[in-house]
Formats: sequence, structure tokens, C-alpha cells
Amino acid sequence: MRAALFLIALAALALAPIAAPWLQFVLTLAVAKGFAALGVAVLLRGGLISIGHAMFYAVSAYAIAFLARAGLNEFVVLLLLGTLASALAGLLVGAFLVRYRAIFFAMLNLAMSMVLYALLSKLYGITGGTDGLRLAVPRFFGLTLDKASFDTALYYAGLVLMVGVGYGVQRYLASPLGHALAAVHTNELRLEYLGVPVRVVLLIAYTVSAALAGVGGAIAAMAIGHILPEFAFWTASGHLVLVAVLGGIGGVAGPFIGSLFLEVLHTLAVGVTDAWNLIIGVALIGVIFFLPSGLYGLIRRRSGEPA
Amino acid sequence: MTTPLLQAKDLRIAFYGVQAADGVNLEIREGEFLAIIGPNGSGKTTFLNLCTGYLRPSSGEVYLDGKPITAMAPRTIARRGIARAFQIPQLFLDQSVIENLMIAVAAKRGIWVPFKALGADGRRREAEELLALVGLDGEAQQLAGALPEGRRKLLDIVIALALKPRLVLLDEPTSGVSTIERFTLMETLMSALRRAKVTALFVEHDMDVVQRYADRVVVWDSGSVMAEGPPSEVFKDERVLRNVVGVA
Amino acid sequence: MLDTLIPLAVDGLASAALIFFVAVGLTLVFSVLRVLNVAHGSFYAIGAYVAASIGLWIASASLNPWLSFPALVFSAAIVAVLFGPLVERCLMRWTYGKSEAIQILVTFGLFLILEDLQRIVFGVRSLAEDTPMQLLGSTQIGGVVYLNYQLLLIALAVIVVLRLRILLTRTRIGRLVTAVVADREMAQSIGINTNRVFILSFSLGVFLAALGGALATPTAGAAPGLGAETMVLAFAVAAIGGLGQIEGAALAAIIVGLARVLAIYFAPSLDAVAPYIVMLVVLLVRPYGLFGQAATRRI
Repeated sequence: MRAALFLIALAALALAPIAAPWLQFVLTLAVAKGFAALGVAVLLRGGLISIGHAMFYAVSAYAIAFLARAGLNEFVVLLLLGTLASALAGLLVGAFLVRYRAIFFAMLNLAMSMVLYALLSKLYGITGGTDGLRLAVPRFFGLTLDKASFDTALYYAGLVLMVGVGYGVQRYLASPLGHALAAVHTNELRLEYLGVPVRVVLLIAYTVSAALAGVGGAIAAMAIGHILPEFAFWTASGHLVLVAVLGGIGGVAGPFIGSLFLEVLHTLAVGVTDAWNLIIGVALIGVIFFLPSGLYGLIRRRSGEPA
Repeated sequence: MTTPLLQAKDLRIAFYGVQAADGVNLEIREGEFLAIIGPNGSGKTTFLNLCTGYLRPSSGEVYLDGKPITAMAPRTIARRGIARAFQIPQLFLDQSVIENLMIAVAAKRGIWVPFKALGADGRRREAEELLALVGLDGEAQQLAGALPEGRRKLLDIVIALALKPRLVLLDEPTSGVSTIERFTLMETLMSALRRAKVTALFVEHDMDVVQRYADRVVVWDSGSVMAEGPPSEVFKDERVLRNVVGVA
Repeated sequence: MLDTLIPLAVDGLASAALIFFVAVGLTLVFSVLRVLNVAHGSFYAIGAYVAASIGLWIASASLNPWLSFPALVFSAAIVAVLFGPLVERCLMRWTYGKSEAIQILVTFGLFLILEDLQRIVFGVRSLAEDTPMQLLGSTQIGGVVYLNYQLLLIALAVIVVLRLRILLTRTRIGRLVTAVVADREMAQSIGINTNRVFILSFSLGVFLAALGGALATPTAGAAPGLGAETMVLAFAVAAIGGLGQIEGAALAAIIVGLARVLAIYFAPSLDAVAPYIVMLVVLLVRPYGLFGQAATRRI
């Protein structure tokens, strides 16, 4: 039953831009942010809330911009290296951060992201400051394409990645390592007493979550073509947290569902109101109190499975 | 004289002005079942905390096979073969009973498996066998958090056993277990431990259990050992009767 | 050399004073309510905007400029009265006893709401109203010129530290708060109205944050984005000092304030980063802050 739903959804996503071309850009961004939100969700599995995760989204985007400037202009290479950059950043930051839990962890993540934002905004010579950096259309598997064709190729590549990487993350969460991550949240003490080095389990999760944000940042960078410090701003992180919570911590599909929902909503709302952060804030509180398992939980309950 | 499996030498620690461990000297030999009895608050759980690296003593040492483990972290000590069950069961409450065991089995075998399922590679089978050993197999799919108190205790103990330890420390294994089930539990547990040649230290309040299953009894009082010996001797000691067991 | 260092030190201490008000409010709310309010920085920003708006109104209405002083405190009070009880009762209360994840997410949601509210009400312009600073002028001691307003800030901060300490140890309400901090359930069972203590403590925290923002307007004005910047800075200071430690927050504020001005002077593009480098260093050595305490044992 669920497999059927999944295939229908995938088909719908694949056909959507043909039916409504304006949707393609929105959906590409939704997929990109979905990846980053999946990163947040992975950490949530371990009981850790990162309210600064947009920093890894930004690291990948800027890394790609730098690499493109240096002459590297192939989509696959840029994607891989951008993700790697975020993963490395995650490893470094995570090594310090995994000593902490709960609010300390959350605030330290926020602080780091604000520092990155400040640096990105101020170091004009390197990062282009508040003007940001422009990214030329990369080659796609060796082919030189015009912007429109590349965007389409990017979108479908994004969908393929969503399925592939999503499957990998699902396997990770169902594995002993993934269960250990959840166990950290439920009873860290017992896990330690079972001989498991909790910090290493968390560091691996953190690096994975940073890499996921990196995939998202790479896709977004190539879709938008203009990279700004705002990629790292705390409101961007807030958006990711809402998506993760909205999607529910039930599964890998959740953050993507939440992201698609929110991105389409945002596009429709922009014409009507300016107070998007207000809406997100209210929605976040609303979801927590009234819909604790998120949208994903809602879908699961409908098809007859326990939440 | 062979090296004792675990040896505590002159352990001392104080909290908030109370001397919780006041020069503790204790030995456990390989293969024996050692019971620790004593009034509440006399420092028995503190002793377990000191042996497993949860607390660092202000002075004194703990030795495993003659090598000092005093400064090690709980997870290192666990890897060296000491498993612990807790007074208040420490379970993965959000996970099912079988998942709790599979995590423990995975922890023993190696947790660094990123893509295979939790139950693969025989982990599920081993977990099921362990559950069957203590009669928890009927509740395998239940959430650990939904278990009643006595069953939680049982799960806590069997998680410790999943580590296939050389020494298991049991903190009040029968507390929370009904009197009827108590002997069945201890019978199953003790014979399983004997078969696997696991040394056991158990803190107990039930004197019948102690009398029946302990090879040796250590009596705790105010942070240190007051008396020790086989149950028959210890339970004849007047001081023990007065301070610990209670005589009419 | 000395005549560059001393004004720098005064600068640093004055900015330390401002950040102290916010940080001590944060740490106070944490120790009583056991919740770290991610939206705390927004109260600073709102306090700043309210104070600047009132100040501008006083100037445009040609009222006595000396009114701008009580106006600063009054602004903080308005913010505290408006938001304190409301937020505590409607939002914070539902998070007590729930998992920390919920607390973080809820206060983060509040943060998003307040930031947009501030933008909607006050717009995206920066506001500045420096009458209080102008009125006090400057003094010259030994060849160095000091802004009297900055000296006032430092004096106020010292007074607040002392008053808070006296409040907690010598007054009846202070002892109630201390009891609730020590053991909430116990306090309830001996009849302490913990609800009232929570509302008062939270409102005091909001007042202190808003006061910091209000007092900052004559020298720094109010600008968009102030809320987020201040939040992470206040957290850094509270973390360095040790969560729940009043004197720790004071000491940490001094260290951070001085670090910032030194950075501005020697490495200007790093001035935003300096407090976090300090935080990193301190937390690496003492993970719970300078005066913080680790959690009590659980088994």
C-alpha cells in the first residue's frame, strides 16, 4: 500500500513540471531543502536539535562557487565536492558539539551558524560579502546546456538523488548504528554501559546530517545560480527545523513531504503576506502541540499503521 | 592464591558531607556468587558506581584481573567484561523489548554496522534466545516503557547478560518482582550464570534469596564492609543480626 | 598607550554592562524555570525599538529632554508587563516538564514570531535616539575623555548585580525563588505559589533583557536583526559564566565586552566572532562554564 503511494507521488513529481512549468523551480528548491531538513531529522533521531543547520547548506553552496571560480565546472564533481565540504565542516564542528546535549547543543549550533553568517557577510574579498557570488551554469555529465535545460536536468537528478540517498539514509537508520543513535536519546547511560562510545555515534550522525545539508545546498546553489550569506541565516535554519518537525521523525520521506508542502505554501503565500517567519513560528508551535508526529504520522495513520 | 577477578582496595568517596565509601576492601573470585547486604543508604550502590567508572573515588583503587580500572570510563570497563544491571531499570523505553536486546547484542558484537538491518547476522536470533532464557519472549514486541515494574527489572538484567560478561553486577535483582516469581527468576538466572561460568555480585534485601544462592556474603554498613563469610556464618553474627537482618 | 587602552576598557565595560543585562535575565529564567528561552534576545530588540520610539516622540513633542531617562526604564517595564505574564502563561507553562526538545522548538517558534512582529510594528529601518547620551556629556580625567553615559551604564550594571544578589538572599520573594530553584516539587508541597514565582521570574527576565536594549539605544540605536545577534551573544555569555550563575554572567560579560573591543581595535572583521572564540576556549576547558555545575548523578 505504501509502496503504491510512494510510486504515485514520485510519478506526480516527475510529471509536475510538464503540467505546470513554473513548479519546477519551486520543487527543485523543495527537494534541496528537503535534504537539509532530512539532516536535521537524523539528528532529531538522536534527540539533538540543530537550529543552525543552514550553515552546512551554505558551506556547500559557497564551496561550489569557489570551485567553479577555480575552473571546476562539472555538475557531478561540484555536487560531490560540495557535499564533501559540508561533511568535513560537520566533522570539525561536530567534534566539539557532540559533548553537549539539549539546549546547549541547540544554541551552540545557532551560534556557529551566526558566526558563519557574519563571516560570509563581512569578508567581502573572499565571499563577495552581502552581494554574494554568482555561479555559471555547470556542464551536465560533460554536456554544455543552456540554463533551462540544465534546470530540468538538475530537477530530475535531484529526484533521483532523493530516492537514492533517501534509501541509503533509511538503511542507516534501521541499522545497528542508526538504532544506537536513537538509543542515545532514550538512554545514553545504558548505551555507555553497553560499551558503546556515544560521542562517536553522535559524531557520525552529525557528519551524515551535515553532508545531507550539503547535498541540498549544492542543488540549491546550482538551481538559483546566486549564492548569498542568507543561505546560513538563522531563519533558514528555522525553516529546516519546521520542515523536519512537520515531516515527523517517522521516516525518511517525512522531511521531503514537509518541504514540498511548505515550499508550495510559501510560493502561494508570498503574494499575500510578508510575515512568513510569523507563519512558520506559529506553525511550528501548532505542529508541536497538535500534531506531534507531523504530517508523516498523519499519512501513516491513514493507511492503517500505528503512528 | 590466584588473582581475584575484581578487587577493591581502600575505596573512599564522600558526597555532601557523607562518607559514602569509607575504606572499602573487597575481593570477588572467579566463578563465585557474592551477595552484598546492608541497610539502605549504606553505600552499596555507590560501590557499584565506583567499580564501573561512574564515580571516581577520592582515594583507593579498583582492579580487574589485577589491573587497575579505577580511572576508566563505564564503556571501557563494560568492554573489559563487567556488565551491570541497575536498581532502577535502565532501559531503552521507546524501543520494543526485542529491540532493546538486539541493540545490546549489536553493542557486544560491534555497533559499527551502517547498512544492514538491526536484526540481521543472527542478532535477532541471539536476542530471542536471551529473552526466552528469562521468559520475556512473550513480550518481545511490547514497548519497554509499557512493561510493568517486575518485567522491567528482568529486561534490565538480560540486557546486561547480552554482553556475555565475565562479571555481572546486579543491583537488587528481585526488588519489584513478586515473591512467587522471585525464586523462579533467581533459579533461571543463577543456573544460566553457572552454565556460562559468569561471576556474579548481587546486592540484595531478600535474605532467603541470599541464603539460597550466595556462596559468600559481604555485609555493608556505613560505607564499608562490616562482616563477610559464607551465609551460614554471617547470619549467626550478632552484629549482623542486630544492624542488618533484624532480630525480634 | 594607556590613553588608548583606558577608553577601550571603558568601551568594553559599557558594552559588557549592556550584554550583562540580557545574559543575567536569560540565566535567571533558566535557573527558575529550567527553560532556556531562545526568544530572549527578541525582548532586548523590542525593548530597544520601544525606547527609541518613545525617545523620538519625546523629542518631536518638545518635551523636557531629561524625560528620556525615565523613558528608558519605562520602555523596559512596558515590554515586561506586556510580554512577561502573557508569554509565561500561554507558552512557557506548557513546556514545563516536557522534553527539552519541545522547549527548544516552542521557544524557537516564539523567536520567529517575535522577530516578524517587530518587523511589522517597527519596520525595517534603524532607529536612533541619543538624547540621554548627549545630555550627560563627558568628563575628563587625567587627559582621557570619558562618555558619562558609559560610566552610568557600568554603574547601573554593578547596582543590578548587587540588587539581584540582595533580592535573592535577603527578601522574602527572593527566598521563595531560591526554594523553587532548589526543588520545585518540594516548594509546591510546602505551599509556595510556584505559578506566581514563575510569572515574576520570567517577567523579571524579560524586563532585564528589554532594559539592556533600551539602555543600548543612545549609543547603538535599534536595528533589524538585533534580536538574533543578541540572543546568541547572551547565550555565549551565560554559557561562559555558567548557566544559572548571576556573578558568572557578570564576569563573563566583562570578559566578552573587553574581547569585543579588543577585536574591534586590532582585527575589525573579527569583532562579531570574538565572543564565540572566547566561548569555545572556555567551554573546551570547562564544559559547564566558569562557575557552572554538572548535573547530579542519576543512578
